[in-house]
Amino acid sequence: MSEQNNPMLSLQEITKAFYSGTINEKIALDHLSLDLQPGDFVTVIGGNGAGKSTLLNAAAGAFPIDKGNILIDGINVTKLAEHKRAKYIGRVFQDPMTGTAANMQIEENLAIAARRGRTRTLKWSITAAERKQYRDMLAMLDLGLEDRMTAKVGLLSGGQRQALTLLMATLTQPKLLLLDEHTAALDPKTAAKVLEISDKLIEQNKLTALMVTHNMKDAIAHGNRLIMMHNGRVIFDVSGEEKRNLTVDALIEKFSQTSGEEFASDRALLSK
Amino acid sequence: MDFVLKGIAQGLIWALLALGVYLSYRILDFADLSCEGSITLGASVASILLTKNMNPVLAILIAFLAGCVAGTVTGLLHTKLKIPPILSGILTMTALFSINLHIMGSANIQLNSVPTLYTTLTSALDINKTTLSLILGTCVCLLVMAALYWFFGTELGAGIRATGINEKMCRAQGINTDTTKIIGLALSNGLIALSGAFLCQYQGYANINLGVGSIVIGLASIIIGEAIFSKVKNFFLTLGGIVVGAVLYRIVVAVVLYFDMSTDDVKIMTAAVVIVALCISRYANKFGKKSSAEKQTSDDEQKRKEKRENV
Repeated sequence: MSEQNNPMLSLQEITKAFYSGTINEKIALDHLSLDLQPGDFVTVIGGNGAGKSTLLNAAAGAFPIDKGNILIDGINVTKLAEHKRAKYIGRVFQDPMTGTAANMQIEENLAIAARRGRTRTLKWSITAAERKQYRDMLAMLDLGLEDRMTAKVGLLSGGQRQALTLLMATLTQPKLLLLDEHTAALDPKTAAKVLEISDKLIEQNKLTALMVTHNMKDAIAHGNRLIMMHNGRVIFDVSGEEKRNLTVDALIEKFSQTSGEEFASDRALLSK
Repeated sequence: MDFVLKGIAQGLIWALLALGVYLSYRILDFADLSCEGSITLGASVASILLTKNMNPVLAILIAFLAGCVAGTVTGLLHTKLKIPPILSGILTMTALFSINLHIMGSANIQLNSVPTLYTTLTSALDINKTTLSLILGTCVCLLVMAALYWFFGTELGAGIRATGINEKMCRAQGINTDTTKIIGLALSNGLIALSGAFLCQYQGYANINLGVGSIVIGLASIIIGEAIFSKVKNFFLTLGGIVVGAVLYRIVVAVVLYFDMSTDDVKIMTAAVVIVALCISRYANKFGKKSSAEKQTSDDEQKRKEKRENV
């Protein structure tokens, strides 16, 4: 997709500390470097406070970083405001409430997403052609949403909202898709369905994606590359054949070896 | 009956203020207190221009623009200087008090001796003032409702609506929430100033204290309107409900004054009307869905809960 051989996402020595200069200072990202090639689907795991969400939020521009550079497809976006960077990035959040506007209709939400990266004008907010396109896309999700296009999003279940958010995130072919534990708030069956939809959309649109998860099995089963984070750094990076052959036990083993600590997340262990 | 008709005529003017408050309070979810200064600003700008013999329509348009500027200031205080919404509004309101005095040059401007929109039209059309105010007020309200219906149906308008619901989502979808808030507040205060510009011409004078308590009138109108039109889904009709709410409010005031009750009792009657409106909507919907006013409250609670969880 990129004209030169740029990585789709390049994080160069990025550092982010919260509560700097106080006794509570927490270094969330510590000179972290990471390159994603076009089409990479990277799963991110790590204990609580390892910096996984901070990593995604830094890429998305939710806050300025202290040091380092962030390049998306060769474009330096380090100083670009969140809403401007949104042009390149699709995002799905952990909380199903976050990704959509509850008091607006399904089709209105999609229409807003379809205009990501464009100036919002005084043209009518949704066209007839779009409605038809959205209906087909919603039908693909197989959740019956295509017949409820004018229903308020607040009436949907958490899983339906996440599926809709995924559709909104991928509607304009983003250069980068950021999934921040987007199935963590869902029941296992719904989570599996939303993951299936994620896989499908990433595959169809040949997207470059970063997916944070607490579920090690999911981290192994999805994507072509896996990174493990600890104290704001990447401590384990595996792809291809080696990743396919990973097991949850091997991952936990790897974690205690590299970090010198027990894997400190009950959630991760329980989801084994 | 005349006093009721006069109440309706005034209500149609206050409806513009109610629509303005609706934009900030409901659509943007921004409790904007600049309202009290903006309505006086509209009245002072319009009346000083009228005393300079300006065309009344032009004077009204300039008053609207002045309101937009006031709203923009509140918006800038909030978005650029990160001052909380209520404080931003209070600061603008406070500053506007001095500005309004400077514009008017005194605390009072009489418009008896200059041609206003009402005097010009009553003589041109040969109808009495109450009839004219009713026709004019209805036309202006319908025009503003239609304009708002169109605007909030556009890409930009949808962005503003979304900003009031979920800012994080908006930024993720590339919406500059600073800009949408400023535009929304400008429009809101523009409408409020418009209300002031009509009001001073209707009553024949502008006074520095014209805006005192106006935010309560706006909120009461919204609550009454939403309680009565609780089942309405169409945005145009929702706006119509606000207008009806403002008219009902003024009818109550007219009744209070007609029965020689003390004007001191206007406020307690307002409170009574709002309580009755909420009760009616509650009992009418006892076995049905919640009224939109209540729904909003429970949405607010939900939002607060989410905020707590995020912290």
